Amino acid sequence: MPGTPATDAATSSTSAALPVLSELAVGDVVAERSYALSRDSLVRYAGASGDFNPIHYRDDVAASVGLPGVLAHGMLTMGLAVQPVVDWAGDPARVVDYQVKFTRPVPVDPATGAEVTVLAKVGALEPDAGIARIDLTVSFDGATVLGKAQARVLLSA
Amino acid sequence: MNPELQGRIFPPIAPYLVGREKVREFARAVFATNPINLDPEAARAAGHADIVAPPTFAVVVQERTLAQLLAEPDAGIDFSRVVHGDQRFSYSRPIVAGDELTATLRVASVKTLGPHAMVTAESTITDAAGEHVVTAISTLVVRGDDA
Repeated sequence: MPGTPATDAATSSTSAALPVLSELAVGDVVAERSYALSRDSLVRYAGASGDFNPIHYRDDVAASVGLPGVLAHGMLTMGLAVQPVVDWAGDPARVVDYQVKFTRPVPVDPATGAEVTVLAKVGALEPDAGIARIDLTVSFDGATVLGKAQARVLLSA
Repeated sequence: MNPELQGRIFPPIAPYLVGREKVREFARAVFATNPINLDPEAARAAGHADIVAPPTFAVVVQERTLAQLLAEPDAGIDFSRVVHGDQRFSYSRPIVAGDELTATLRVASVKTLGPHAMVTAESTITDAAGEHVVTAISTLVVRGDDA
């Protein structure tokens, strides 16, 4: 079992009724959650993804290339940031397009870890395509770490 | 970086069989808790053949194509200087356990920005029937000497 469960800061989304496109408005907050990352999370992601770059688990290597510490994989941050959207939409298959820019690193302290927060809002609606664009604000230590983080989600009309 | 890389298309990677336990392992690693990522019965009840991979799972397959690019003898890419700039996945259908996928990388663009170089790599991932599943696009920034 994962050693670092997510804490759900918002109301539970999995048991709620599934979202309907016509009931959404741009700016609606659809999910909000925070994730406690630890070094264990990084080792787990390294194994699961096959990304064994040592800057994600060795302090000496991170320091030698001028980093502030061991960093979370950008793809781990990207991967977890969409999970509140998946739960809101009710099915991972509804996320048909997902993009981010990696704008700031997330150093993960060996003792205290790092807390990453995700706020998901409706960014745009495309009724003809049955798509809601959900814009993600993903933050660590009071600053955003992803730019243009957008998931396009297929919903019923 | 070698600007002549732009437009280069690499040979398809060996088939990648999407295992159910691999999907579960990846799902747990990205804090996915949706039953459709984990439980075959829940996935089937939602109309899927087996559990559905999280949206970023395609990176596992894409990575094999990026390894081809980084290993290209004339590419001139120093892996220790590579930073991930951006990432996108565009799906035609979700990846589910049991899929046999392959991927073909095309170098969409090579740009220089001062001492840095940026390469955009587009990996087209298809299933055993040759149908499109997902396109994974990465921009990699290769830091220059004075970075």
